[in-house]
Amino acid sequence: MYNFEFEKPSSIADAVAALGDEDATALGGGQTLLPTMKQRLASPTKVVSLLGISEMQGICTGDDGALCIGGATNHAAVAAGASAYPGLAALAGGIGDPAVRARGTIGGSLANNDPAACYPAAALGSGATIVTNAREIAADDYFQGMFTTALNEGEIITEVRFPVPEASNYQKFEQPASRFALVGVFVAKFSDGVRVAVTGASEEGVHRWTAAEEALSANFSADAVPAAPGADGMIADLHGTAAYRAHLVAVLTKRAVAAAG
Amino acid sequence: MPKDHGIGASPKRREDIRFLSGTGNYTDDMNVNGQAYVHFLRSDVAHGRIKSINLDAASAMPGVVKIFTGADFEGVGGIPCGWEVTDKHGNAMQEPAHPVLAQGKVRYVGDQIAAVVAESVEQARDAAEAIEVDIEELPAVVDMASALVDGSTKVHDDLTSNLCYDWGFVEENKPAVEAAFAEAAHVTTLELRNNRLVANPMEPRVAIGDFERASGNSTLFTTSQNPHVIRLLMGAFVLGIPEHKLRVVAPDVGGGFGTKIFHYAEEAFCTFAAKALNRAVKWTSTRSEAFISDAHGRDHVTTIQLALDADNNFTALRTDTMANMGAYLSTFAPSVPTWLHGTLMAGNYKTPLIYVNVKAVFTNTVPVDAYRGAGRPEATYQLERVVDKAAMELGVDPIALRRQNFITEFPYATPVAVEYDTGDYHATMDVLEKMADLSGFEARRKESEARGKLRGLGINCYIEACGIAPSNLVGQLGARAGLYESATVRVNATGGLVVMTGSHSHGQGHETAFPQVIAEMIGIDESMVEIEHGDTDKAPMGMGTYGSRSLAVGGSAMVRATEKIIAKTKKIAAHLMEAAEADIELKDGTFSVAGTDKSVAWGDVTLAAYVPHNYPLEDIEPGLEETAFYDPANFTYPSGAYACEVEVDPDTGKVTIEAFNAADDFGNVVNPMIVDGQVHGGIGQGIGQALLENAAYDENGQLLSASYMDYAMPRASDVPFYGVDHSCQTPCTHNPLGVKGCGEAGAIGSPPAVVNAVVNALRSGGHDIHHIDMPVSPSRVWQAMNG
Repeated sequence: MYNFEFEKPSSIADAVAALGDEDATALGGGQTLLPTMKQRLASPTKVVSLLGISEMQGICTGDDGALCIGGATNHAAVAAGASAYPGLAALAGGIGDPAVRARGTIGGSLANNDPAACYPAAALGSGATIVTNAREIAADDYFQGMFTTALNEGEIITEVRFPVPEASNYQKFEQPASRFALVGVFVAKFSDGVRVAVTGASEEGVHRWTAAEEALSANFSADAVPAAPGADGMIADLHGTAAYRAHLVAVLTKRAVAAAG
Repeated sequence: MPKDHGIGASPKRREDIRFLSGTGNYTDDMNVNGQAYVHFLRSDVAHGRIKSINLDAASAMPGVVKIFTGADFEGVGGIPCGWEVTDKHGNAMQEPAHPVLAQGKVRYVGDQIAAVVAESVEQARDAAEAIEVDIEELPAVVDMASALVDGSTKVHDDLTSNLCYDWGFVEENKPAVEAAFAEAAHVTTLELRNNRLVANPMEPRVAIGDFERASGNSTLFTTSQNPHVIRLLMGAFVLGIPEHKLRVVAPDVGGGFGTKIFHYAEEAFCTFAAKALNRAVKWTSTRSEAFISDAHGRDHVTTIQLALDADNNFTALRTDTMANMGAYLSTFAPSVPTWLHGTLMAGNYKTPLIYVNVKAVFTNTVPVDAYRGAGRPEATYQLERVVDKAAMELGVDPIALRRQNFITEFPYATPVAVEYDTGDYHATMDVLEKMADLSGFEARRKESEARGKLRGLGINCYIEACGIAPSNLVGQLGARAGLYESATVRVNATGGLVVMTGSHSHGQGHETAFPQVIAEMIGIDESMVEIEHGDTDKAPMGMGTYGSRSLAVGGSAMVRATEKIIAKTKKIAAHLMEAAEADIELKDGTFSVAGTDKSVAWGDVTLAAYVPHNYPLEDIEPGLEETAFYDPANFTYPSGAYACEVEVDPDTGKVTIEAFNAADDFGNVVNPMIVDGQVHGGIGQGIGQALLENAAYDENGQLLSASYMDYAMPRASDVPFYGVDHSCQTPCTHNPLGVKGCGEAGAIGSPPAVVNAVVNALRSGGHDIHHIDMPVSPSRVWQAMNG
C-alpha cells in the first residue's frame, strides 16, 4: 500500500469538498478498494471515508412508498432492516460473508459496479433511483458497463431509492472461488410490469433481459421464461463458458420467478 | 470402554491450547533485533532473457540497505535437487542449474530477478518498483505435449530438450505386458489429467536469516517440515556452511502439505544476505507470492489401459504419463511421478503385469513437487478411474470387479518392486458397505430423482506406501539422502521426560500422540512427557515429516530410544532392590521383582541415575539419556475403501457431496481422534481437488488462478460430515508400533471416489459419459451433459 492522506468528514458537503482534490477517492466499506490498494493496484493520494456521515446511514420509507437506503449503509443493516422489501433484504444477506456484510456498503457496491456484484442487479431490477450529492439518476441510465457508471468524478451516492415490487427474488449461482455471482438474476414484479436484471453474465455488466421481462409481464410463471439468451457477449473464463452463463441466465430466472411466487 | 490413557486413548491435543488462543510461535511472530526486510522482485513474464538490470534509481530510494541480483550469486551454489532419476536407457535425468536469483533468464512468472533489502517491507517494495529491468520476452513453454515436440522452445538452453527423463518401469516387463494386451479379452482405455494444485497452507512461507559475527554462526528461522534437511541442503550445496556453523529452526508451522518440505531460494537468500550485511534479514511471503513461488502439486497427463481376461480378471496394466516439473527441479520433484507413483500402480489388485512410462517435462511454470500424497494420489486416481470404467464397459458391479481382483495373501510382492506386508482389502470393503449403507443407495437415488436431482455412488480403493523409507532402498532408487528418523529421550532426575525428535509437527499433533506411546511403555502419565522438535541445535539429525512417516519412523526411533532407557532403568532398579536384572518388571511406573513384594518407583530410579550414591557405577554410567536412529525395513502400506455419494443438479451441473464414508486400515492407532482429524483433512483436500481447485495457466504462462478470487479452496459448506472408521487393523509387521500412517490417505482415496460418483450420477440420468476431468466444476458437468 502506498502512503495516502485520510479524511473522515461528517457531512456530505465536507466529503464533496475533500474529494475535490485530484486523485482523491471515496471509501465506503473498502471491500474492493482496500485490497486493491494493498496490492498496489490503486494509488489514491487521499482516501475520504464516507462512514462518518450520519445522514448517509440507515433505511426509511419515502412518501411515495419507496424504500430509501443511505449510501453508506452496510449490507448487514440492509439484510436486517429492509423487511419492507424482502427480495432486497435477502439479496443483501447473501453478499459475501458476515465480515464483508458488516463493512461493505450499498453506495460502494453501486459506485464500483463490479460486473459480478449483487446490488447492481437489485438496483436495475427494481428500477431504483440513485441519489447523489448533485442529482437523481435512474438505474436504467446509471449502469454503463463493467465498472462504469454515470457518476462524475467526486460524485457521491448519498441514497438509493427502491420502489417496492409486489413480488421479487434474487437467485445467485456462485462462482466457486470468489463466491461472487457467476450469474445472478433479480426478478421484480410490479403492477405495471416485470423487470429482470442479470449480473455476472455479460461483458457489458449488469443488464436487463427484456425478452424475459416481456414474457413475464404477460404471464408471471416460470414456464413463461423464454429460452436462454444468446451466448454472444457473455463472459467466458476459467469458471464457465459463455454458453454456460447464457444457460444459467434462463435457469436462474425461472427459479427466481418460482421463488417470488 | 475406550482407553483414557496411553496408546488407543484420545486425549485432546495439548498444542491446540496455544494454537487456538493465539499464542503459537510462528516464524513471522519472531523478530531479530536490528533485522532488515527483503522484498523479491519477481518476473511477470514466463520466459525471457534478462538484457539489463539498472539499480541506480532503486538503490537511492529511502531505506534501501542493498539490492542483490543474480550477479551477487555467481560462485554461490544453486538450489539442489534431492533425487536423481535414471531414465529407461540408464542415463541420468537432465538437471538444470537453479540459481538463487535469476541469472541470464527468467523461467516462470514468479522467478526472482532481484532482492531488495531495506529498513521496512514497504520501503523494499517501493525500491523494487524503481528497478529498471529490460527483459526480452521469449515464447513460453506451457503445454507439456508441445514442450516435447522437436524444435520446441527450450526452458533451459543448455539442456538438449525439455525432457527431464523418460522413465520405464519395469522396463524388462514391457514385452510381457504388450503380449498380455494382445491376448486380452477386453481392454479399457482412459485419458485423464490430474489437475495442478496450489497447497495453500494457512501460514505462508517465512524466512529469517541471522548471523553472529563473533562466532561466525548462521541461523535460519523458517517455515519448514524438515529443518535438518534444509540445514544439509542449504549448508552443503548452496552456501558452503558446515552443519556446526548453521542452525535451522522451524518453530510452529501453520500447515505444510508437502510444500514446506523443499529448500527454497528465499531461505538461502536470507541466510546469505544476513552474513553479507551482518544483520538479520526477514522475508514474509504474501498470499499472492505464495501462489507463484510455493511449489505446486500434481499436474500429470495420463493414458492408462487395463487388460482383462474373459472372466474379468485383470491381466495387465500400462500407463503413460507426462509429469510437469515446472521450470526447475524442486527438492524431491523427480521422485514424485516415478518411485512414489509407479510403485503404487498395482493398487489393491493382483494384476500380474504392469508397465509404467513417465516423461517428466520442463515448462515455464512454477516448479512442481510433492503435495499431500505425492504420486500416490496420481496413481490411485488413474487406476481407480480405469477400474470403474472397465466395470461400466463390462456391465459388472464395480465393487464385485474390485473384490474379484483383490490381493488376498500377504506378504504380496507386486510386479512394481514393492512388497505389501499386511492388509485385508475385503475387510475394509465389508466395513464400508455397512457404514455407507450401500444397500440403501437405490432408495436414496429414487428419492433424489423425485426432487429432480441425479444421484451417484462412487467407490474407491487405495493402497499407499508411506512410512518413508528404507534408506538402502531409496538410495538405489536415486535418493540423495537417507530416510531414517532420530529421537533422543532425556529423562530428568525427577522422572519427567523430554523427547527430541527429528520429526516435525506442523499440525499433526505429535506433542500429544508421541507422549501417549511413552506413557504406555513406562506406565506413567502423558503429562510427564514433553516433545521438542524443529530445532537442529536440539534434536539429533532427523529427516522431518512428510510421506505419513512421523509415527511409523520417528515414533519407532522414539520407541527404540525409550527401550534403551527402560533397559538401563531396569539395571538401576535391580541394583536398588538387590535383585537379578532378569527378574525386574516395569508396570504402571513401578519396578518390581517378580515373585516378591519388592518394588521401587520410576522416580526413585531416575533420581538414582542423577544422584548415584547407591548406584552400579562399575557397570553403567550415571545419567539417563538415550538416542536412537530408526531406519525402516520396508514402507508401510495403509489401505482402505471409500464411498462417495453425490447429487448433481441437472439444470446447473452443480455437484454436492451428500455422503462420504471412509474405511481405512492404518494398522495400530495411537490416538483415534487425531487419526479421525487427519482423515477428515485429507478427504477435504481431496474433495477440493476433485470439485474445486485448479492452478490453470494461459498459453503465455500466466497463472489464471493466482488468488482466492479464482482459485477455489474447499470450505466447510462444500464438504459433508464424514463417516470415518479405522477398526480394520492389520498391524505393520516391521515397525515396533505396528502403525502404518494416516496423513495422506484421505487425499489419496477421495478424488477418484468423487469423480466415480459424478460419472455414475450422470449415467443414471441417461448421459453416455465415461469421464470428466477434475476439477469437476458445474461448468464442466453441464458441458459434459450438453455435449
